[in-house]
Amino acid sequence: MKLLANTALALAFSATSALAADHGACAIGKTLTEGMLTIATGNPAYYPWVMNDAPESGEGFEAAVAYAIADKMGFSAEDVTWVRTSFDEAIQPGTKNFDFNMQQYSITPEREEMIDFSLPYYTSAMAVLTTQSVLDTGAEATLDSLMGLKWGAVATTTALPILSDVIQPESDPLLYNDNADVNAAIMAGQIDAALYDLPTALYLSAVVVEGGALLGQFPPEQSERPDQFGLLMEEGSPLKECVNAAISELTESGELAAIEAKWLAEATGVPVIE
Amino acid sequence: MVDTSSQNSTKKPSAEAPTRREVYEAGIRRRANRIALISTVSVALAIVVLVPLAPGWDAVQRAFFNGRVFAATFPGLLDAFLLNVMIFAWSAPLIAVTGLAIALCRDARAPALFPLRLLGTAYTDVFRGLPVVLVIYIIGFGVPGLGLPRPWNSPYIWGTLALVLVYSAYVAEVIRSGIDSIHQSQRSAAASLGLSDRDAMRFVVLPKAIRNVVPANMNLFIALQKDVALLSFIGPVEIFRQAGVYKSLYANFTPYVGAALIFLALTIPATRYADYLMNKQNRART
Repeated sequence: MKLLANTALALAFSATSALAADHGACAIGKTLTEGMLTIATGNPAYYPWVMNDAPESGEGFEAAVAYAIADKMGFSAEDVTWVRTSFDEAIQPGTKNFDFNMQQYSITPEREEMIDFSLPYYTSAMAVLTTQSVLDTGAEATLDSLMGLKWGAVATTTALPILSDVIQPESDPLLYNDNADVNAAIMAGQIDAALYDLPTALYLSAVVVEGGALLGQFPPEQSERPDQFGLLMEEGSPLKECVNAAISELTESGELAAIEAKWLAEATGVPVIE
Repeated sequence: MVDTSSQNSTKKPSAEAPTRREVYEAGIRRRANRIALISTVSVALAIVVLVPLAPGWDAVQRAFFNGRVFAATFPGLLDAFLLNVMIFAWSAPLIAVTGLAIALCRDARAPALFPLRLLGTAYTDVFRGLPVVLVIYIIGFGVPGLGLPRPWNSPYIWGTLALVLVYSAYVAEVIRSGIDSIHQSQRSAAASLGLSDRDAMRFVVLPKAIRNVVPANMNLFIALQKDVALLSFIGPVEIFRQAGVYKSLYANFTPYVGAALIFLALTIPATRYADYLMNKQNRART
C-alpha cells in the first residue's frame, strides 16, 4: 500500500503526461530503494557536467539530464539520491550501490560485454588541448602537424583509442590518472597536447591550464565510432528499458537538446581537424 | 645416564642398522608429512570447491578471470613489462652506488667530516620518511616545471631520480647496519697492519659488511621491481598503466591479474634466491 501511495505521490508531483505515468509504472520495484532513484556520479564531479561538485542542485549538464530522466521515469526531484563512485567501483562485480551511474562513460562494444549502457544522452567531439607556446611553435590543426606532437591523455578514457587509431603520433603517448595530472604534465612541458572530450577541453583551456588553447576538434560526424556518453548500469539491469524510454522521449521532444544548449558551450569557434 | 645414551646414539654410524630412536623419529616425520599433505590437499580442495559455490562467483570470474580478455591483453602487458625491466635495470646500479655513498657519509668519523655525517643522516631521515609516490610526483612534475627544455624534462629521468632518492636511503641504512656489524677490533687490527682508515674501510670492513647484507638488499630490490610501476603516475606506460588502460577499455579487471602473474614470475624466483642466500649465510654462521 505504501508503495502505491509513494508512486501516486511521485506521479502527482511530476506533473507530466499520461506517457510519463507509464514510465513511472515501469520503474516500480526495479530500483535499489523502493520509490527512490539512486544516481552515481564521479568524485569529484567536474564542470561543466556538474556545477560546483553539487549534483543535488541540478546544475550542470549531467545533473540536469539526470533530473530530467528521473522526472520522465516518475521520480520527483526529492526522490533522487546521489552517491559517488570511481570508474573501478562502477564496473566491479557484485551488487551496485546505484541504479545508474553517470560520469561521461563512453559506450563501447567491449565495455558492453561486462556492463549495460543506456541509449546515448550526449555525443561528444574530441578536442586537442594545448598551450599558446605550442601554437607559437607552429602546430596546426592538421593530422600531419598533430603526429609530430608529444601526446598525453587520461588513461581511463576512450581518448586513447582515438589517439592511436586516428592521430598515430610518432612517439608513444604518456598516460595519466586524471585531468589534474595531465595538466601538470602540460605545464611542465612534458607533453605538447592532450586529447579530451570537447566540453572538458573547453573548460580546461579557459580556466585551468595556464596559457591553455584548443588546437582543434574531431567532430563526431567525422568519426566512425563517435564518442557517445551513456548511463552505466549493472549488466542485465531491469531498469534499462525504463531509462532508455525516458532518454528517447527527452531526445524526441527536444528537451535534451535544450539542456545541452543551456549548459554546454557553443564550440563553433574551435577549428575542425582535417 | 641420559647424556651417555644420546652420545652413544650419535657416535654410532647411521649407515648401519638404524637405532630404535632413529626408527621412531623417522616414523614421527612420516606422520607429520602425511598430516601436512592431507591438510594442504583439503584446504586446496575446499577453496577450489567452495569458492565457486559463492553466489557471485560467475560475476567475479567474468570480471577477474576472463579468458577472452586475458588472451587479448596479455601480449600487450608483456610488451609494457619491458619498460619496467628497463627502468629497473638502470635504477638498480644507481641506487646501489648512491646508497653506498650515503652509508659511507654516515660512517665518516673524522671531526672535519661532521657536515657529511649530518647530510647522510638528514638524507636517510627525509627520504625514508616520505611515501615513494609523493617523491615521484614532486620531482617528476615539479623539477621539469621549473622550465627545463626537452629532453631534460623527461618523466623517465626525474622519475628515476625519485626512485633512486628513496631507495638509496633504504639501501644506505642496510649497508650501514652491515658496517656496524663489523667489530671495532677488525678496524684496530687493520690499523695495526698499517692500513689507513680509508684502506681499512675499503679492504677490510666493506667486503665483510656488504656480504652480510646481501639478503637484506635483495629484499629491497624485489620491492623496487614492484615500485617501478609507480612511475606510471607521471606518464610512462609501463605494465601497471597498460593494465589500467585495458581495464578501462574492456571494463574488466582481468588485465590486472595478467600483470600480477607477470610480476610474480619475476619476484618469486628472486624471493626464493634471497631466501637461499639468507639460509646459506645462517648456516655459515652456525
